[in-house]
Amino acid sequence: MSEPKTIYDKIWETHLVYEDNKDCLLYIDRHLIHEVTSPQAFEGLRMSNRSVRKPSNALAVADHNIPTTDRSKGIGDEESEIQIQTLEDNCKEFGIEYIKTSDKRQGIVHIIGPEQGFTLPGLTIVCGDSHTSTHGAFGALAHGIGTSEVEHVLATQTLIQKKAKNFRVTINGKCNQNVTAKDLALSVIGAIGTAGGTGYVIEYTGEAVKSLTIEGRMTLCNLTIEAGARAGLIAPDEKTFEYLKGRPMSPKGDDWDKAVEYWSKLPSDEGAKYDKSIEIDATNLSPLVTWGTSPEDVISIDGKIPKPEDIEDDSKRSAVKRSLDYMNLTPGSPIKGVEIDRVFIGSCTNGRIEDLREAASIVEGKKVSSNVIAMVVPGSGLVKEQAEKEGLDKIFLSAGFEWREPGCSMCLAMNADKLSPKERCASTSNRNFEGRQGREGRTHLVSPSMAAAAAIKGCLTDVRELIN
Amino acid sequence: MEKFSSIKGIAATMLNKSGNQLSLMMNIDTDMIIPKQFLKTIKRSGLGKNLFDEMRYDMNGNEIESFVLNRDPFTKAKILIAGKNFGCGSSREHAPWSILDFGIKVIIAPSFADIFFNNCFKNGILPIKLNEEKINLLIDDSMKGIEFEVNLINQLIIINGKEFSFDVDAINKDCLVKGLDDIGSTLEREAYIDEYEKKVLDNFAWRNPEGD
Repeated sequence: MSEPKTIYDKIWETHLVYEDNKDCLLYIDRHLIHEVTSPQAFEGLRMSNRSVRKPSNALAVADHNIPTTDRSKGIGDEESEIQIQTLEDNCKEFGIEYIKTSDKRQGIVHIIGPEQGFTLPGLTIVCGDSHTSTHGAFGALAHGIGTSEVEHVLATQTLIQKKAKNFRVTINGKCNQNVTAKDLALSVIGAIGTAGGTGYVIEYTGEAVKSLTIEGRMTLCNLTIEAGARAGLIAPDEKTFEYLKGRPMSPKGDDWDKAVEYWSKLPSDEGAKYDKSIEIDATNLSPLVTWGTSPEDVISIDGKIPKPEDIEDDSKRSAVKRSLDYMNLTPGSPIKGVEIDRVFIGSCTNGRIEDLREAASIVEGKKVSSNVIAMVVPGSGLVKEQAEKEGLDKIFLSAGFEWREPGCSMCLAMNADKLSPKERCASTSNRNFEGRQGREGRTHLVSPSMAAAAAIKGCLTDVRELIN
Repeated sequence: MEKFSSIKGIAATMLNKSGNQLSLMMNIDTDMIIPKQFLKTIKRSGLGKNLFDEMRYDMNGNEIESFVLNRDPFTKAKILIAGKNFGCGSSREHAPWSILDFGIKVIIAPSFADIFFNNCFKNGILPIKLNEEKINLLIDDSMKGIEFEVNLINQLIIINGKEFSFDVDAINKDCLVKGLDDIGSTLEREAYIDEYEKKVLDNFAWRNPEGD
């Protein structure tokens, strides 16, 4: 019998096109494309007179800079308009399917891939976006690439790669009420740091991971890049198959049966070797919140803001000092009660239907605090449609939230949705970097229910107090 | 891509100040390197003026004097020294494009984020991993504006009579030294891709998107 393998080993081996003592060529099954990281790649193809090897393996949509207000009259910003038009033109020229901005399937690239069944277990999936790790929730090897690699995939349907190491993160136990996939992800980043996964592919296992819904698994894998690992993986199971069955681009008929048979053999073999392993206990976890300007700067909502003088390492101490200055927080004081100005619910991390349901369940029958501007940006047109069918839009609107059109929005603030200088935001997005949501803006990363609770109370708060 | 064998130039060091103490700035993310408002371009060139934009210019667009790349001789820096996990965050290749457009060809840090590290080699930038102790020995000379030599062929950083060797992966080195186009070299092995697509995909029809 051959040596036991991890799911990553298996996907890697079945996608090797070529290998010599210097490098490996890995076959790429799916390529998601958006407006920001692709124009220079298409331009490169044109300049060297190359074509797209397999246009049907690619799917394109505009999401990063698109406005989240009514788009029927155009994009409104000249540069964004040019970039979106360039994407549409490039797709037409090279024969790639493009989901138009007016199409109800339009949305964040990492939300529409799974929705359409474009994302499948056992595949290699890339996109010029670091949060491509999201698709690992289905047991696909999925990671972000730069624009040069976008061009490489377009031209060759392969990538030059080196095999990463295997890192197993086991999350044991059951989560308490209102402790979500977002909190699990933040706790992993807090435990291993933003560079803890560099050079690895992380495989998530354990009771708490298995019991997550597919949406929750996407949130967990999405944030893997914030721990430095390019890809996160969760073994596919019945939940995965159920989610994918009947999606527009999922296999059909005989192909579906063959696929499920294949996918069922993907989970890591017993005794497979990992280069690194950690275990986390979800049982006593509280909802988490970030206090600083790196996703590893995470504390429990009942915790206190760290004091720089308690930190031994020089670089880390000065980084903490810089973060606290930027965030305008008092060392040693509780994080709970810190007043906020804005709330953002959305993004490829937390813009799916389940996230909106979670937030709506907190908001229902309450009002957004008078000092807060709060917005909900569904991750796709289909998420928006489903939410409206369930009446979630009405819950948000009557509480005083804005209900927007789908896109990346204030997660990276490339469009008009951004923080003003010094504004403080409770955000369900993925990065609290300096300036990420707008120059001098201050971001606290939280789960959708925690963001909803913050909107109601006007400050960072423990969502559990709002329910009990 | 321009060939890279050896360069001589000034090194700028990214430092954080805490009281009187200076330390290497860690976790410099690609949002810091090139903020999102500059990602709307459809070109690769011209981003050097916006490198580290929000650290480099105030709200009115005036240069912030204390920022290292605004001070002579570092305005002409060809080497950048920083703390660990350089280039974390977004995969935007606009980050290496802006660094290169500014004139920086070498980045020295204790560690780099994966995607950024890869993106550097695709653009003729040499990212050097050097441990923090060794980097600390470079800081004084860099702050004095003493010229560094980075020799990729011999894998040496030479400064003020001192030499520091560094590791670089053979294939990445080869690409930089020869200025190779990755796609060109992959397409030389197109027969393998044809064969893979035929053999494997014929047996796994479900791997093709439905409607293909």
